Amino acid sequence: MTPIKLGRLSRHASTCALVCLMLASCSEGPLDPQGPVDKAERLILLDATAIMLAVGIPVILLTFCFAWWFRSGNRRAQYRPDWEYSGRIEMIVWSIPALVILFLGGIAWIGSHDLDPPAALKSSAAPVEVQVVSVDWRWIFIYPQQGIASVDRLTVPAGVPIHFRLTSTSVMNSFFIPQLGSQIYTMPGMATQLNLLADHPGTYPGLSAQFSGDGFSDMRFDVVAASAAQFQSWVDATHAAGGVLDRPTFEQLARPSSEHTVRTYGEVTTGLFDSIVAAHVGMTHAAAQE
Amino acid sequence: MFGRLSWAAIPFDVPIVMITAATVGTVLAAVLLLVTVKGWWPYLWREWITSVDHKRIGVMYMILGLLMLVRGFADALMMRTQLALAANGAMGYLPPEHYDQIFSAHGTIMIFFVAMPFVIGLMNFALPLQLGVRDVAFPVLNSVSFWLTAAGVLLVNLSLVVGEFSRAGWLAYPPLSELAYSPGVGVDYYLWALQISGMGTLLSGVNLTTTILKLRAPGMGYGRMPVFCWTALASNLLIVAAFPILTATFAMLLLDRYCGFHFFTNELGGNPMMYVNLIWIWGHPEVYILILPAFGVFSEVIATFSGKPLFGYRSMVMATMAICMLSFLVWLHHFFTMGAGADVNGFFGIATMIIAVPTGVKIFNWLFTLYGGKIRFTVPIYWALGFMATFVIGGMTGVMLAIPPADFVLHNSLFLIAHFHNVIIGGVVFGVMAGYTYWFPKAFGFKLNETLGKAVFWCWCIGFYLAFVPLYALGLMGATRRMQHYTDPQWLPLMQVALVGALLIFCGIILTAVQLAVSIRARHRNRDLTGDPWNGRTLEWSTPSPPPAWNFALLPQVARTDAFWAAKHNPEETKRLMAQRNYESLHIPRNNPTGFFVAFFSFILGFALIWRIWWLAVVGLLGLVVVGLMQAWRTDGEVHVSVDEVAAADRPYPLEARAA
Repeated sequence: MTPIKLGRLSRHASTCALVCLMLASCSEGPLDPQGPVDKAERLILLDATAIMLAVGIPVILLTFCFAWWFRSGNRRAQYRPDWEYSGRIEMIVWSIPALVILFLGGIAWIGSHDLDPPAALKSSAAPVEVQVVSVDWRWIFIYPQQGIASVDRLTVPAGVPIHFRLTSTSVMNSFFIPQLGSQIYTMPGMATQLNLLADHPGTYPGLSAQFSGDGFSDMRFDVVAASAAQFQSWVDATHAAGGVLDRPTFEQLARPSSEHTVRTYGEVTTGLFDSIVAAHVGMTHAAAQE
Repeated sequence: MFGRLSWAAIPFDVPIVMITAATVGTVLAAVLLLVTVKGWWPYLWREWITSVDHKRIGVMYMILGLLMLVRGFADALMMRTQLALAANGAMGYLPPEHYDQIFSAHGTIMIFFVAMPFVIGLMNFALPLQLGVRDVAFPVLNSVSFWLTAAGVLLVNLSLVVGEFSRAGWLAYPPLSELAYSPGVGVDYYLWALQISGMGTLLSGVNLTTTILKLRAPGMGYGRMPVFCWTALASNLLIVAAFPILTATFAMLLLDRYCGFHFFTNELGGNPMMYVNLIWIWGHPEVYILILPAFGVFSEVIATFSGKPLFGYRSMVMATMAICMLSFLVWLHHFFTMGAGADVNGFFGIATMIIAVPTGVKIFNWLFTLYGGKIRFTVPIYWALGFMATFVIGGMTGVMLAIPPADFVLHNSLFLIAHFHNVIIGGVVFGVMAGYTYWFPKAFGFKLNETLGKAVFWCWCIGFYLAFVPLYALGLMGATRRMQHYTDPQWLPLMQVALVGALLIFCGIILTAVQLAVSIRARHRNRDLTGDPWNGRTLEWSTPSPPPAWNFALLPQVARTDAFWAAKHNPEETKRLMAQRNYESLHIPRNNPTGFFVAFFSFILGFALIWRIWWLAVVGLLGLVVVGLMQAWRTDGEVHVSVDEVAAADRPYPLEARAA
């Protein structure tokens, strides 16, 4: 009969869901955290799921049980054609979701404050500043403290908080490193902020999570978390390799292009990021395409 | 002379488009030829195109939705196929400029031209019957609403062959949708199609709200309205409140694109964030506009097939109206990642979760409606049970997304895509299918084939899980939406499973057509002669199937909820509902071509504006003015129906026999 089939189906579905969940936790997504921000976010995700499943699974099972037991062919089931109200049940029915939401609401409120993207992370180390500019369709990373910049690869020291300021020269994008946690929009004429930390050295995928046009799918970049010493030597090497990221070079980079070559600049014009936010290059996209 | 329109606008070099256009064109030509040869035009014109009967208009909305479901689903299949191929360095068969149009069209079509026509169609058909009245408040306006929606549909489909569609996603966020980044006509097609059809939706909302507030059977107070009418009231109030926001937002974007304004541009003080806020102030109520009537359908279906009144009627009404109010306080949860700050994110997160309370109450009340019932496992109850299980899952993932820090890692991921398909398919589509099966015999006088109906259900249900559980997982693995290709080889098997799921749903859509054909052939065996094929509870079942143009020969007297059920079981009520059948002559609105011509000239106007053919725009505008004046000065708007005609069409339900 039907309800049995439905029951079997829901069992298959939950098995399938479980397999998928296991698959997800060993991939390079947010269920495989490599930093404190994503760890906290995964915890919230799992807590919320557990709390809701505690109510959701019984409701789904009861649906099938009631439907099966009260099928018209079952002579043992008592038919109550006029039963339409019970104050006691009504109270329970309103309180269960209300209590769940009260609890989850607390998690949401505290979580939004603890994990607010601009809030500094607790750490003994001083944060490293990185300025991020999304252009069509590349990522530019400026290191104001080191006076260097790189394109389409983000190198950061592991174990040190990174403070990002982010903007865009053209359309919106979303800066997202799934294994490190929170994403944030990049928007022209505005600077958003984000704080992340990578616990261990390693390479993690980064991407744009906000559709930004034809070159969007390739707006991926590697995040290389290096040890302190490796980071310092990368900074030195970048200085030594030379190249200057000044306004004309930046304007060249900001032209729409789907070409992705990792490159670095040993010198960056002071205040470049702020001038981009203030004027976002000042030329129209149409002009740039010519 | 022709603005930006030239032969270059037709993509002769894209074989997919050309083959599709040739196929659709051939089918269309064949249908038109058939209609002409058979001489069906006068019938179509008289009985359907110019009809102002709410039932006919409801049916036309459903047909429109079904046709566009096929179109929107073709887009879905193309996307799923692309993503089952384009892994690990492969680029698939759809280049980005084509793929981007497809996902933009898929979202736009499925929400505006499938879900909306389905939901409005059901409300149009069932509301006046449930309320026990003869038509909606403004029958001609109703026809105008439908034809405006059809004009929007025509524009969207035209963009496939003439020019291009938007590549900026189904909500066309600026700056991407501004002239600087989308210089082609794609975004213009999107904007004008939705402005025209949005006008139709707004008028429909005004019409149905007025109908519920002002036209109810004698004795039907608000507390005696069927729950479907309550959910329809909430939905239409939302339409009236939210659609003007959409129209105003699109109007500002149009000014940016056409007149060099700077509402949402990067330059001269424009602010794209304003658009994102405005579009979601419409967009979030929109999902409740769709889901609330589906909740109403399930309330009717579960009560009817359990043979019991709906459990907790007042609770249900309160929950419905609470959702209606709260839906305007949650729009910001669509962009927690814009950097609004912890207090704002926290507020909107909690406001969003609070909606889960009345929604949870509804689920529990349906559960207790089943309890103590005598449940007949017909097709509509399959959809209802499938909905209850599926929607609980969709609700849970929705609450997860409402927690701002969780959203920071799930925003714009395939998890989000899985979530909203979970509630739209599991909620709206299942609800529409339940309502379609439930009210079909009322509309046409015969039942749909049960076996095929169950097959359709299983295709959709299993297909949905196969297509979207992998997407939940992919989202948790860091896969984002709107990718045209990806590099992670781990994602490929899940994408392939999702394609299989989509193909299964496609089987469901084909089987729906087969079911319709089979049921029409076997209609003589499945006739509904009593007008009450399901042992129903509400007034629509007290009149013959299909009902006469005036719905009820005598307006029913209502003294409680589930008036028809009461009449069948209580001799006192029987007398009240039946009274003496003293028929009276009546007036019904005359057929009116205004709607068709308004839509025709709106289409001309829209097309002209998209291609900047200014003289043609003037023609369209003048046409609209002339049609409006002719409607305003019409003299004879009604048809007289004699007592004999009313009596002849009436087949009173054998209540006395039943009560005895």
